[in-house]
Amino acid sequence: MSTRSFGTRVKRNVDPKLLKGEGSFIDDLDLPGVLHAAFVRSPFARAKIKSVDTDYARSMDGVMAIYTCDNIGNLDMELPLLIPHDCMNDARTQRTLARDDVYHVGQAIVMVVAINRYLAEDAALMVDVDYEPMDVEVDIEKAILPDAPLVHPTHPGNIAADLTQISGDPESAFARAEHVTKIRVEVERSTAAPMETRSVAAYYDKISGVLTVWDGTQAPLTVRGGLASIFEIDEDKVRVIAPDVGGGFGQKVMFPHPDELLVPLAAMELGMPVKYIEDRRENFISSNQERKQIHHIELYATKDGDVIGLKDFFLHDTGAFIPYGIAIAQVASTSIAGPYRIPNIHVQFQAVYTPTVTITPYRGCGRPQACFAVERAMDQLAEDLGIDRFEIRRKNLISDDQFPYPREGLIFADGLPVTMDSGQYFKALDLIEEKIDVRNFPRMQEEARSQGKFLGLGLAYYVEGTGLGPYEGGHIKIHPITGKVYVNTGLSGQGQGHDTVFAQIVADQLGVNVEDVILTEGDSGAYDWGVATFASRAAVVSGNAIHKTALIVRKKTIKAAANMLEVDEDEIELRDGHAWVSNSNRSVSLAAVATATNPLRYAFNEAAKAATQFAPASRHDGPALDEGQAPGLEATDYYSPPAATWAYGVHAAIVEVDEITCETKIKKYALVHDCGNMINPTIVEGQVMGGVAQGIAGAMYEKVEFDDDGNISNANFVDFVIPYATEIPKVEMYHLETPTPLNPLGVKGVGEAGCIATAATIASGLTDALREFGNPKFRSTPITPSMIHEVLSSGSSG
Amino acid sequence: MKMIRNLPSANSFGQTSKVSLTVNGTNVEKEVSVRMLLSDFIRHELGLTGTHVGCEHGICGACTVIIDGKSSRSCTLLAVQADGIDLRTIESVANKDGSLHPIQEAFHECHALQCGYCTPGFIMNIVSEFENNEKIDTTDEGIRELIAGNLCRCTGYANIIEAVRDAAEKLQKKR
Ligand code: FES
Ligand code: FES
Repeated sequence: MSTRSFGTRVKRNVDPKLLKGEGSFIDDLDLPGVLHAAFVRSPFARAKIKSVDTDYARSMDGVMAIYTCDNIGNLDMELPLLIPHDCMNDARTQRTLARDDVYHVGQAIVMVVAINRYLAEDAALMVDVDYEPMDVEVDIEKAILPDAPLVHPTHPGNIAADLTQISGDPESAFARAEHVTKIRVEVERSTAAPMETRSVAAYYDKISGVLTVWDGTQAPLTVRGGLASIFEIDEDKVRVIAPDVGGGFGQKVMFPHPDELLVPLAAMELGMPVKYIEDRRENFISSNQERKQIHHIELYATKDGDVIGLKDFFLHDTGAFIPYGIAIAQVASTSIAGPYRIPNIHVQFQAVYTPTVTITPYRGCGRPQACFAVERAMDQLAEDLGIDRFEIRRKNLISDDQFPYPREGLIFADGLPVTMDSGQYFKALDLIEEKIDVRNFPRMQEEARSQGKFLGLGLAYYVEGTGLGPYEGGHIKIHPITGKVYVNTGLSGQGQGHDTVFAQIVADQLGVNVEDVILTEGDSGAYDWGVATFASRAAVVSGNAIHKTALIVRKKTIKAAANMLEVDEDEIELRDGHAWVSNSNRSVSLAAVATATNPLRYAFNEAAKAATQFAPASRHDGPALDEGQAPGLEATDYYSPPAATWAYGVHAAIVEVDEITCETKIKKYALVHDCGNMINPTIVEGQVMGGVAQGIAGAMYEKVEFDDDGNISNANFVDFVIPYATEIPKVEMYHLETPTPLNPLGVKGVGEAGCIATAATIASGLTDALREFGNPKFRSTPITPSMIHEVLSSGSSG
Repeated sequence: MKMIRNLPSANSFGQTSKVSLTVNGTNVEKEVSVRMLLSDFIRHELGLTGTHVGCEHGICGACTVIIDGKSSRSCTLLAVQADGIDLRTIESVANKDGSLHPIQEAFHECHALQCGYCTPGFIMNIVSEFENNEKIDTTDEGIRELIAGNLCRCTGYANIIEAVRDAAEKLQKKR
């Protein structure tokens, strides 16, 4: 038997080329004669455009074309609302290029195409736009007040959407409760900041009529569908390729950003390749962001800490437009009860337009905000009732025998009711309690205190609905010459190691080496059914599709090999790239089987000789292919999840505050998580670690800052502080593996796990550390040294 | 190793100036725009696209190359400032036969890269530190300091730290 590779720490196939600098990111593509695009962007948050004068720019050396809303044909429109929902009326989306009005600093108004980027940027500077600035309000709590300036005159109170969801019978639970804890929490706006900014290149081949678009996107097939429909050409004439992509974290799932339409348009009109490589400032002022929410959460409990009802009202900043619908707010509202039974829930949100960069999901997608709200509230409830923080959670966790645990009435972002499918929530809590060494902590804390240091223990639990539908597909073909296995799927990777985990799944079924499985993803020319990479779904949805496909190819292979080796099918074993007769040394290579299953007329090599229609191995009396039989070892299948599968975990940290610098040091960070069966623990740990780092970034450092006029005052890496290695602690990780019953591989998603509970954990730790300073609560993020300074000097905090 | 492109420049515009330098051991002479960034020169004039650009303002370290033996950010230099220098890029790090340098090997072993966009910058920085220091401080803190000029948005650094330690220990044993 070959050893099973599912569950093992296989090294990534993709690494060597990336390590040698041989990756092909979009700006690395060698497109002969490529032209460069640059944009004129609004310097005002909200303004009327009085005039746009491009004459001078047009006359400049090297300028090939200038596009405004007046010469882009049917692209002069409001871009599609990607995810409609009844609770939005007349949802506003961005125009490809602004017409008459601009709605945030950074909105695209003009695109210049020139022979190189320097000249394109020069010309963009020389476009003269005359604006009439208008009043703005960027604070979401003020933006909903009656006299606040409106972003869109169509939306009074700047309310973009308003949705209430109810589970159980909250009103009577609220009436029955013996205690209520009410708190307000606020999570700041952040941004994905992938190291590679967004970029797109396009080329239109007049002879074949094929438009090829290289797009650093998480959703190549969606982009293909969108481009075909907007340009009114057949999908087969548009090929979208996501080559190597330098991180996405959600920012690259939205489509279309204006450049994703305009670059292809220019390529078609000019008959030359065109590319646009966003710069870092543009990534801050024009690529989508996430996170700002303000929650008012109330926990209704019995005296001994049983939470019987939860009420939450929150404001969600959606920026100037709402193209991605209410997805983030919906995920937040359906995750609000966390891992707790809480049978009665009333959750309402209002999405608020602000004249700022559009909000769409960034890794976490509403989950970190919901976790921050409910976990900070749980800590407060514990304090109110004089119950230990671990204990209060234990009283309320869903127990193993209560799964599947439905939250009737709550509809998740996939349009399906929320049901927590499986888990060992108690075991995870016990494990973290042991690993963070709770028993010894009070002694440590006291000791530290005697040395003038403040130690605190932080704790937060999270759940993560993952693996959303609708579906993905897998295509597998065993190559007849080399015996290598080619696998395709429609979504794309941004560093998650898909090529390796999908190869592991296939290798186990077909008995080949992981390195001999070659994945092509993110290329509509190779495979064109599917959706995208988002919501921690690739391993779950594509993984299971590929697994199902591999089972079919396995069956075909065994059948053909049995025929060739003249034994029964149950005597065939697949290993080492061969089909073997069990307990014998008789075998045939998969390459030969693949060749033999393709009835040939011409014998181009030895294996092919055996496959020609005159060879004995074909043994056919009638036609070479039976009715309904297909040549080769090839199959396609799909997986469509019945519902999201819920991963979960619990984080704990020991934090230390320095009284002089007001710095927070994370002395120890441990977490337990459960994403079902792990295909490759190394890759899982990498995903979790990356998530934790982004979580810590949001908890302590990152905030997109707007001044009163709606300008981002820190739109660069100097002022927007992304942590270096010096800021990110070591993280101890412990795995539980509770397989989900929802899919054949028993896997749950893990892409977003790490970032969800981090801020709540650190806030919980700081509250514990600084209790003696007026019992500060740390209910907003990021928690900066200035906030700590305020606590230390005045004894209170926000 | 990737070949250096040596075509007449499509990007010489406005005022130009001649630069001659050594790139990965080969002499290169080119007429370049006096405005061109060194990072653009390396990527688009020489065709060495392994050097990446993440911010173009000197913070992320993705564009790190080795100039006269020291790690340097190519996005905050102009191509004309490169006249007479000895420049090494990521394309020169692996062995001639294509096998990986010990630090590249360690990145692979330790899963120290995800999207790989930041990776060449890290590698160049680390290679230069290895070359310039007899002894590498392989404590967690020491390694954190060593790589504190490079941003990575994917990995959370933990595995990069392991990779540096792994490679440093192996290299120091060899010495
Ligand atoms: S691109 Fe040079 S430091 Fe970021
Ligand atoms: S691996 Fe993606 S930025 Fe470092």
